[in-house]
Parts: sequence; C-alpha cells; structure tokens
Amino acid sequence: MSSIPDGPIPAEGASGPLHGLRVVELASEWTAFAGKLLAELGAEVILVEATSGAPMRDYGPFAGDSKDREASLWWGHYQTSKLGVTLDLDEPDHRDRFLRMLSSVDMVLEGEAPGRLARLGIDHPERCANDPALIWISITPFGRDNPRAAEPATDLTLLAGGGPVWSCGYDDHTLPPVRGGGNQAMHTGGLHAVAAALAALLRREASGRGQHIDVSVYAAVNVTTEEATFRWLVAGETVERQTGRHASTRPTMPTMAPDVDGRHVNTGAPPRSTEEFTALLGWMEDLGLRDRFPDTVLLELGVERGGVNLADIDVDVEAQAIYGAGREALILIASRLVGYDFFVEGQRRGLATSLIYAPEEVLSDPHFIARGFPIEVRDGSRTEKVTHAGAPMIFGKSPWKLRSRAPQLGEHNAVKLGTQAGEAE
Amino acid sequence: MTTSRRVEPGQHALSDFRICDLTGQLAGAGATRLLAALGAQVIRIEDPVRQGRWDLLRGLEPFVDERRGIDLGAGFNNHNVEKLGVTLNLRSARGRELFEDLVRISDAVTENFAAGVLARLGFPYERLKQLRSDIVYVSNSGFGYRGPYREFKSWGPIVQALCGLTFSSGLPGHPPAGWGYSYMDHHGANFMAIAVLGALVHRQRTGEGQWVDMSCTEAGATLLGPALLDHSVNGRPLRREGMPNSNRSQSPEMAPHNIYPALGEDAWIAIACRDQSDWKALQLIIDKAWTASRRFVDLAGRLSHEDELDALIADWTRLQDRHELAERIRSAGVPASAVQTPSERIDADPGTSEWGLWPTVEHREMGQVRVDGLPFHLSETDWKMESGAPCLGEHNEYVFGELLGVDSGELAELRAAGVM
Repeated sequence: MSSIPDGPIPAEGASGPLHGLRVVELASEWTAFAGKLLAELGAEVILVEATSGAPMRDYGPFAGDSKDREASLWWGHYQTSKLGVTLDLDEPDHRDRFLRMLSSVDMVLEGEAPGRLARLGIDHPERCANDPALIWISITPFGRDNPRAAEPATDLTLLAGGGPVWSCGYDDHTLPPVRGGGNQAMHTGGLHAVAAALAALLRREASGRGQHIDVSVYAAVNVTTEEATFRWLVAGETVERQTGRHASTRPTMPTMAPDVDGRHVNTGAPPRSTEEFTALLGWMEDLGLRDRFPDTVLLELGVERGGVNLADIDVDVEAQAIYGAGREALILIASRLVGYDFFVEGQRRGLATSLIYAPEEVLSDPHFIARGFPIEVRDGSRTEKVTHAGAPMIFGKSPWKLRSRAPQLGEHNAVKLGTQAGEAE
Repeated sequence: MTTSRRVEPGQHALSDFRICDLTGQLAGAGATRLLAALGAQVIRIEDPVRQGRWDLLRGLEPFVDERRGIDLGAGFNNHNVEKLGVTLNLRSARGRELFEDLVRISDAVTENFAAGVLARLGFPYERLKQLRSDIVYVSNSGFGYRGPYREFKSWGPIVQALCGLTFSSGLPGHPPAGWGYSYMDHHGANFMAIAVLGALVHRQRTGEGQWVDMSCTEAGATLLGPALLDHSVNGRPLRREGMPNSNRSQSPEMAPHNIYPALGEDAWIAIACRDQSDWKALQLIIDKAWTASRRFVDLAGRLSHEDELDALIADWTRLQDRHELAERIRSAGVPASAVQTPSERIDADPGTSEWGLWPTVEHREMGQVRVDGLPFHLSETDWKMESGAPCLGEHNEYVFGELLGVDSGELAELRAAGVM
C-alpha cells in the first residue's frame, strides 16, 4: 500500500480564492491569460472590448474553420470565465460609463500602448486619486516605464530579443534557432502579473491602499531562461542551443530518441544511484538487451561504484563514461518499445523516463483524466460540449473553476452596462 | 517567541508573511524566491546530514571564481536570494520538534519533493494542520498527489515533454526542438507562487487554510490552450504533417513571420508583419521588385507562398547586420529583433538594464553577484534583492535562537549532535 496521502479534491460548490473580487480587463493579447487566471481563481472579470470587437477575435484557429468572429479558438481559450461588454473608449459617453464601472472594481488589468489611456484621461494616476484602493495592472511588451516602451513587438520578437530563442533549436546551427510555440511570452508576463497582483491584494488588506503594477513581458522572458542568464551573469559564458535538450557551454549527449514507431521520447534523467543502475540492468535483462548492449559492463560498474555524482562528471572520466552508458542504454530500450510503454515501464522501475506528447495527447492520458484535468464546457452556440484544459493547480478549499465559455460580443452589456449588445446611445 | 522580521512590517508587499520553506531546485525555490523578494520572510530548511545536496544546484557550476563547494553554486544563489537558510534533521526527535515550532509560527509550508516525501518524514497535511489550523500547504511535484503517475520521478525536461510543450517547439521535418532549458521549472515556480498567494488571500478573507496540490505537468498543459481546443473542437491534432512550425505564426496568422539568417556566424533576425500595413512598410525597406509580386499582395497570398517568401527575405537579410536591420525595420513600425545572445540582452540592452533587471546581491562567500530580477514593479511596495542565497545553516542562530527561543547552549549541542 502506498504511503502517499491522497491529494485534495476540490470542494464541491465552493468559490475560488478571489471570489468577490471585481476586475475590469481591457481586452488585449498581453492581458488575456492573466485575466483568465484571475477569473478562474474566482474573480469577476469584466472584459471590455470595442463595439467593433477585439482584434483577437480574428486569431485562429477557428471552430469549423469558419472565420466568424465568435469562432476564434484563441478567444475561446483565453477569455473563458469572463463577462464581456463593449465600449469605445475614444467616445466620451462610453468613457463615462467605463469610469462609472471602475468605481466599483478592485483591479484594472490592461495592456494598452503606453500613453494611450493618459491621453484619454482615464489612466492610473487620475483613477487612483479617486480610489486609492484600486490595484492597476499594466502588462505591456517592454513595460510602461522603459526606454523601449514605444517599440513594436510580438511574441516572436520578444522571445527572440529576450533570450528564449537563443537557447532553443537544433545541434545543426545552419538551422535557425526556434521560438517555442503557444504564446509563451504572454504566459510568462501574465503569470508574473498575477503573482504581483495577488501580493498587492494581500498588501491592500493591511494598508487599505492599492498601487500600480507595471509588468514588462520582455523583462519576464529575460528572467525565464535559466542557466543562459545566470551563467552569463557570473561566469561570462554563453550557452549554445542543442536539439531537444538544455543549451550548454559544451556539447552534451542527445536526450531524445525515436521509439519503435519513430515518435520521439525523452530519456529523462539517466541513472545516477546504485538502485537506478540496478533497475536499468534488470530492464535490459527482461528485454533481452543486456548481452547485446556493448557497454553493459559500465552499467555494472555503476552498481559497483555505488552510483555516480553529477558534480564529478567533469573531472571523473569513469563517472562520465558510466553516466553516458546509462543514457545510451535508455536510447536502445526506447528503440524497442512504444513511447508510452518506455515512459511508464521505466518509471515503474524507478527510472526518470518520459515521452513527448503532442498537446492533444494529454487529454486522453489516464493520469490527466484521473486528476480531472480535461474539463467539458458547454458552448451556447453549439450542441456538444467542448473539452478545455483544466486547473493548473488543485485548491482543496477554494477551487479553481472554469465557469463559462468566452463571452460573445457585448454579451453582458445589459447586465453590466445596462445596455444591449451593439446599442449606440 | 518573537515575531520580529528582517523586513520592517509594512515596508514590502508581503512583509506580514512567513514561509516555512522546504523547496529546492528551480521549480520550487523559484516560487519562494519571488515571495521573498516581495518581503515575505522565507525560512529555507535544509538537511544537515546531506549538506543540503537534495538541491543539486547548491554545489553545482557555474561558479564565480576558482573556488568550489556546497555554498558556491551560482544557480543556487540565483534561485534563493533574500531567503533565510537553516539546517534541520527532520529524522531526529528534536529536529522534528523545532520544525513543528516553525510551522506554528508560519503562514505557509511549501515543498517540491516527490509526492509523499514530506508525509514519510511525519508531516502530511493533516499533521501540519494540527500544528497550525489555518496553515497553507502547497506541494508542487511533477505529477501531483493524486493519479496513477503520482510516484513517478520528474525534472524540468520530463515535465515539458509530457505536457506538450517540447513537441510544440520545432521546425517541420525535424524532431522536436523543445526548450533549451527547464522552461517549466520557471513556470512551475510561478504557478506555485500564485498557489501560495491565492491560498493566503483565501485565508485572509475566511480564516481557512488549505492544501494546494500542484502537478507541474498539468500546469504546463494549461499553456497550450488554443492547440487543445483545435483538437477538441475541430479534431485537428498538432501532430500532423508540416507541424509544428513554431517560427511561423498560425494563431494569429501572419506572413512574413520567421527567424532569418543575418551577417555573421550563427546570426539571426526575427521579423513579424502583423498586418497589411506592416507588410507595406517592410516592402519599402526591402525595396526590391519581387515584393510587389501578385503572389504576395495580401495575407492569403503570402501564406500560400510562404516558403518562397521566406527564402526571398532570407536572401535579403543574409548579408546585413542583424542589429542595424532590426532597428531600421522597427523604426518603420514593424516588429523585428535580433536573436540576442545573453551578453547582448543583459549588458547592452536598455530594455533590461533600465528596468533594473539584473540586481547585485551580497552573498556571504561569493561576495557581490548579479542575479535575475523581477519583471514587474509595484509603485508602492516594490520588490528588493539585496542579500544572496543563504550558506548552509547561515541563519540557524537567528531562526532557532531568536525566533524560536532556543538558548545558545542547546544550539551548540544540537549542532554537535547533527540536528542542525
């Protein structure tokens, strides 16, 4: 029987930790993820877009490949659990309504081009004078207070300038370095923004005062590159990209390998301890590979030596050879198995093996299903339910919750503004 | 027992909070680093028997000079700034008692051991809750505390591989490029910080503590939402011919949008035309007849001839300096950037230096060391990074003596007995 206590199950019907908090978000590709996190942690997030609709409604992919403005799956993912209203902030009367709405909110979340809201007279300094408890979060490409603030930027250019791209790609440097997919610059800025916003909220409980939070997406990706940064900071050394593994100052062994079907697995962390070398040898024995692998003797040496210490690898040639043989043995095993079996059987034997899932394959994995990760959301305009990504973390008492599909254009105007969608005064 | 803090109450956003911290590596230590920089008193507990080596980075390169040792790993310093460090043997009776005392005066307990480790040491959530009824407990492991893989081992690359992030980074016709670093250690840490803060907000409002169970793999899978929806709504997998192709932009569709060769060895420039006006501006800069071809006149045309378009642009960028060219393109209002080396973005980029992104901390052994700062500024209670990571047991006297009231005689005995 396992000695591991069962993790919490989200309390049925309970509200999220931010229940009762009201947030106004000005629709932007920089804020969308942060707004979703706040909404699914329980805040009421009112998403404001122009009456013509936010440009992100034109971001694909689209449901049924229809370019209908209610069919964007970008919108469908990032705006869930929010209420949607339409206001044209360039129009004075709409601006007045916006300001009335602000009088009852705790947070403003916006990613407007620096200077735009000030020109409209609805920026943080003016609002904060009226409402010192307001927490105002700006997420912009370079931060508001930055010499590069006015530069045009996208996910690609931020990740290219800010470090991640330098470290990602292939051993073959005639191929370009690679940007990781999936709007990761926005995610990186958004996660930091939410952490800062929650800290400001906790502070407000003690002081009664809100504040302005200036988030730079560029700074965020710059401090999200692990060793590439701290190695330069302390040693002045530059890492170089390698295929599917950590960029490094010197070449390291491949960690990815094709499985029996040619799909790639990640061999994970090779054996270091006696137990791990023993487990690896046992696995090879069971697969009939122990005698076929040329370096079995090194694995046996790994057992005899009592494992290898990573810190010794550079100075201990034998340790290096043993560690390398562990990796080679895993690559050989992977070539004989289906990736999933390589992952689960290796782990069952105490080895840190892995496989490389395409994102959609996560949704049918038994572990993710057992934890309730794929969740079904009813979409008003369609008959079937749609499977979404679920909770990033399981709160026992105040659960994360995806409450509703993304709002249609002006869907909540009546409730939140007292006007109908598309209504012009 | 005193509640004195290093940071004066009210000075920083989280000055009123104390974290009993068992995290390590980046996926855990990165979370409490953020809390510490915002003023929380983070007391990091390490095992004296293993000299804290559970956290591999403690004694691992890079180093600031020729010295080597358990207190000298620069990665460890980077990930543990502003924390207090103590040693405590949780397998000893007195060590467990002192840990219990620490839990009693803490707002949250944080750990990123493999699932079950803390329970085996005698401190499952139920026990922590007995010690302090409103304690916030956040566990962060590769697979979480429920589900068939909960006992599986993980580290950053394993998490990234399983959640879809590795697959999503790459060029067509090649294996996954993945991430050249533990991207999900960073975000495991960021999500974990949000978990701690969210649970503290809940406690502040209701008086109720709780256990938050984080699975890094699950958190990673939330970062690929549109691809998941494309599959669940349209039945279209990302594992298909020609995909992923992550230097191009499918969501939103843009063309040209790629990383192109520039003058010099391994020199590259990223260019993104968001819309028709960006393309027209770029056309003027390129100033060649081919740009006016009917094939490229609108987005649909550029997308259907994207290979040809990219090859022509690459021929144009190939002989140009990437910084000068990026500057010229940006001046026309079009997003562009050199693919910057660490040296360029850290030491020659006002976008980071003017932000104060590389603060210098004082480490007891290493001296002054630059570290990663934070990408946000709070107008009233901003973060600070002044002190480096704690050496092994550096704050034993303050924490056990001053905070918990252990007298100097017993401290010496406990040290001698290997309890700390």
